[in-house]
Amino acid sequence: MTVTAAFFYLFATFTVASGFMVIASRNPVQSVLFLILAFVNAAGLFLMMGAEFLAMILVIVYVGAVAVLFLFVVMMLDVDFAELRQGFLQYLPVGALIGVIFLLELILVIGAYVIDPNIIRTAAVPIPAPDVMTNTEALGQVLYTRYFYFFQAAGLILLVAMIGAIVLTLRERVGVRRQDISRQNARTQEEAVQLRKVPFRQGI
Amino acid sequence: MESGDILLAVAIMLGKSLLMLVALLIFIAYALLADRKIWAAVQLRRGPNVVGPWGLLQSFADLLKFVLKEPVIPAPANKGMFLLAPLVMCTLALAAWAVIPLNAGWAIADINVGILYIFAISSLGVYGVIMGGWASNSKYPFLGALRSAAQMVSYEVSIGFVIVTVLMCAGTLNLSRIVEAQNSSLGILGWYWLPLFPMFVVFFISAMAETNRPPFDLPEAESELVAGYMVEYSSTPYLLFMLGEYVAIMTMCALGTILFLGGWLSPIPFAPFTWVPGVIWFVLKASFLFFLIAMVKAMVPRYRYDQLMRLGWKVFLPLSLAMVVIVAGVLMLTGTAPGMH
Repeated sequence: MTVTAAFFYLFATFTVASGFMVIASRNPVQSVLFLILAFVNAAGLFLMMGAEFLAMILVIVYVGAVAVLFLFVVMMLDVDFAELRQGFLQYLPVGALIGVIFLLELILVIGAYVIDPNIIRTAAVPIPAPDVMTNTEALGQVLYTRYFYFFQAAGLILLVAMIGAIVLTLRERVGVRRQDISRQNARTQEEAVQLRKVPFRQGI
Repeated sequence: MESGDILLAVAIMLGKSLLMLVALLIFIAYALLADRKIWAAVQLRRGPNVVGPWGLLQSFADLLKFVLKEPVIPAPANKGMFLLAPLVMCTLALAAWAVIPLNAGWAIADINVGILYIFAISSLGVYGVIMGGWASNSKYPFLGALRSAAQMVSYEVSIGFVIVTVLMCAGTLNLSRIVEAQNSSLGILGWYWLPLFPMFVVFFISAMAETNRPPFDLPEAESELVAGYMVEYSSTPYLLFMLGEYVAIMTMCALGTILFLGGWLSPIPFAPFTWVPGVIWFVLKASFLFFLIAMVKAMVPRYRYDQLMRLGWKVFLPLSLAMVVIVAGVLMLTGTAPGMH
């Protein structure tokens, strides 16, 4: 048990510390890298709870894809972060309000467990024991049966967001030469090559 | 568990990891030599043949040369991150081997979500590239890093769908059980390369693009970007980048072996072929895939960057998506999907 506790405190400390460094470090690129460290440590915490599927998906989706895009944007945009920081006091009340709301909600959720420890048993679908079925299978079985429509709706919302982003940024530029592979492949020798007899001293 | 038991378990794990690491690194030293020899043979050259008999010690001479050279760190570079990047690249590439089963029960960690672990680890490899390119604080490495990152992210998508098709047939995310799902009386004809042949081709090409191998080595295109994100690197950090790259290539070969070529299974499923230890079949199959990759490097000219992106997004993505739907439909129609009774 002591080893488990040691690992928990290791991951937890790193998660909180790197989460703090995300907002504390001066360099935005370093902020994103600390964010990645926080994600990876959170994945470690998931693993310790036996939620191996969630841990891997967290790494694949957030670290492998989302954070890469963050890093791209931060590196490409030449944002003066010192300038942004000047409005810190101005935004402090709003930030503090959101923080307080989050804290209250967390207390409510954890409070429910403290008041009624059996609340986990009242879940809509019984949670199978880890030795009966892996949690990947368990997730798949509820996600694709009971919560099928919610799952599809979430997918549709993401699709709409993606199409919306493309529509907003796509602009048709005229006069740009593009390579059309199907047209290239459709060309035959007859229409592409001409054999001409060139008259002497006249050219074509 | 008693703390003594835990210590023993940790010691055994360390021993296994060390054994795997040494075996892998020696194998890669010779894979590198084979790569150069094959390349040379295609071009009617002799390749490295001076150090040791038939040049067998060339890789070790290279290693010594790299380690003994002076590491140059550019003055405007972000020093910590500059040195961290190659370490990240190399460590992540090596970490993937923790779950690869070389034989029945031979994986260091036989975890339930092995394939997801490998996918996660290989998607992290891009950070070594981005960090290296950015920390160099110079134009060409940065351009190279951006190209490389875009390329690696693009091809991950199609590799993901290829893996999904195999998982639907095998019905498990455990690498050992994926191999066992291919075990049938048909032998080599029962492995997934035959029914999923289009996906095998997509996987092979995407693996090359994902690991920045020629003909998709645009990130380090030596004739245009000098060496991409590695321009400013020298000595041991450069060695770590190259090592990470080759380890990633071997990981992809091993993954292809597990997903499509039946892992440690014998191609002819009766004696005397089944007496051969599984690890030998595994190494032979992975080496075969590496040979194919080496031949591609020798024979195919480099892709143009827009063609590379078109191939990834407009050809492989629709193709692999369609295959996911087709494979799922066929499995449902024939009732052969795993878990359907």
